[in-house]
Amino acid sequence: METIKKHFFSDMGVMLGRSMRHISRSMDTIITVTIMPIAFMLLFVYVFGGAIQTGTGNYVNYLLPGILLIAIGSGISYTAYRLFMDMQRGIFERFHSMPIARSSVLWGHVLTSLVSNAISLVVIILVALLMGFRSPAGVLPWLAVAGILMLFTLALTWVAAIAGLSAKSVDGASAFSYPIIFLPFISSAFVPTDSMPRVVRAFAEHQPVTSIVEAIRALLSDQPVGNEIWVALAWCVGIMLVAYLFAMRAYKKRG
Amino acid sequence: MQTVQTKAIQVKGLLKSYKQHQVLKGVDFDVEKGSIFALLGSNGAGKTTTVKILTTLVKPGGGTATVNGFDVAAKSDHVRQSISLTGQFAAVDEILTGRENLVMIAKLRHLKNPHQVADHMLERFGLTGAADRKASTYSGGMRRRLDIALSLVGNPQIIFLDEPTTGLDPESRIEVWKIVKELADSGTTVFLTTQYLEEAEQLADRIAILHEGRIIANGTLSELKKLFPSAKVEYVEKQPSLEEIFLAIVGKKEER
Repeated sequence: METIKKHFFSDMGVMLGRSMRHISRSMDTIITVTIMPIAFMLLFVYVFGGAIQTGTGNYVNYLLPGILLIAIGSGISYTAYRLFMDMQRGIFERFHSMPIARSSVLWGHVLTSLVSNAISLVVIILVALLMGFRSPAGVLPWLAVAGILMLFTLALTWVAAIAGLSAKSVDGASAFSYPIIFLPFISSAFVPTDSMPRVVRAFAEHQPVTSIVEAIRALLSDQPVGNEIWVALAWCVGIMLVAYLFAMRAYKKRG
Repeated sequence: MQTVQTKAIQVKGLLKSYKQHQVLKGVDFDVEKGSIFALLGSNGAGKTTTVKILTTLVKPGGGTATVNGFDVAAKSDHVRQSISLTGQFAAVDEILTGRENLVMIAKLRHLKNPHQVADHMLERFGLTGAADRKASTYSGGMRRRLDIALSLVGNPQIIFLDEPTTGLDPESRIEVWKIVKELADSGTTVFLTTQYLEEAEQLADRIAILHEGRIIANGTLSELKKLFPSAKVEYVEKQPSLEEIFLAIVGKKEER
């Protein structure tokens, strides 16, 4: 038992290396996770952007936080996919019958999700810079943004884990992410909520994406963040804890 | 010191049900160290369930099972140190190459020279030429060889093979048989399930027949044969089996 615990981190490192290889070897993962959000960004900035009144001068600045959340939403659907495929192919059974820390198998996937999403977010931010994104924020606000994005990724990764572990088909394993990718559209990510009809607006203002987007936007534009950041953090931590419990239950049931 | 254990596996009154369905209804058997033990049964007899319990993937519903002297439920970590599982579906990572698969498992077993171990295994299983190709490009037989190679990394004392030749062509099947025999010769205990009578006959020191959740016969091949009235001796011209014909045509001589 002791020796197995001791190896948790090295085992997880091996698992991370394994799924990072999976990512780098499937081009469609890379394309979906980074190119699709970039395409959205181009579309909104250069096609719709002229007609959208956000009250701020630079629409790329306004848009970027929402694009980042969409990227995470599509990124984690691949986490669900990879988990599902592992369950199907019997490689989980091999791992589980080996003297390794069992949780390292699951945590390997979680860590992969964090690393791969971080990579695609960096690429998207670089493209945004080319498109005219500018931020007056210093190191600390940027760190806070990174922290929120990481927490959001972690929360959604555990949601993805539930889907990956309990789905009956590949489609089921990744379909759950569509509403997550869609949520930013009914939030303040693309347009201010004031312009929406009352019911939609009520939904938009009280769903997690709006508070997360507002918090990131405020941090990046070096504005006071107010309460939004605490609401955003509460959403992330809340989703993460609930999803973690359900994912662990699904894992124990399948393992 | 412990007393000398001669039993690699001991199973007593093993029970398991899934919901209402009782899969194992009191299974008993022992497996001697260093022997090949075949669990024979048709589909749905409970073979895979038995393997899953013995390899700590599934908790027993009742009864006891010890592997290498350790209880599978209470000391599952110790059990996992002593065993290796080759499941019914080749558990190889298809996106990784053969070599990467082996290195990964060697690292997870915390061996000193994972790359050296991988090279050695690739050579032993005739996969050196395909070492740097993705496992998804392997034929069924190659995949199964890689699968077994992965299970042998770190030299586990007891190896479980759940229907190792199901879905393989005759040549690959004979290759797997050869590997299993070599394993047993080197002192590894082999627990194997199969639905092929011939496979059990070819390989096993002891055969147990699992039927509807119970062991209905258990013994050496000659013991089992004694259970039936001896056949009348008749002289019949020997007809080659289809398998022999197939192998003769494709030019592979059986090495028995």
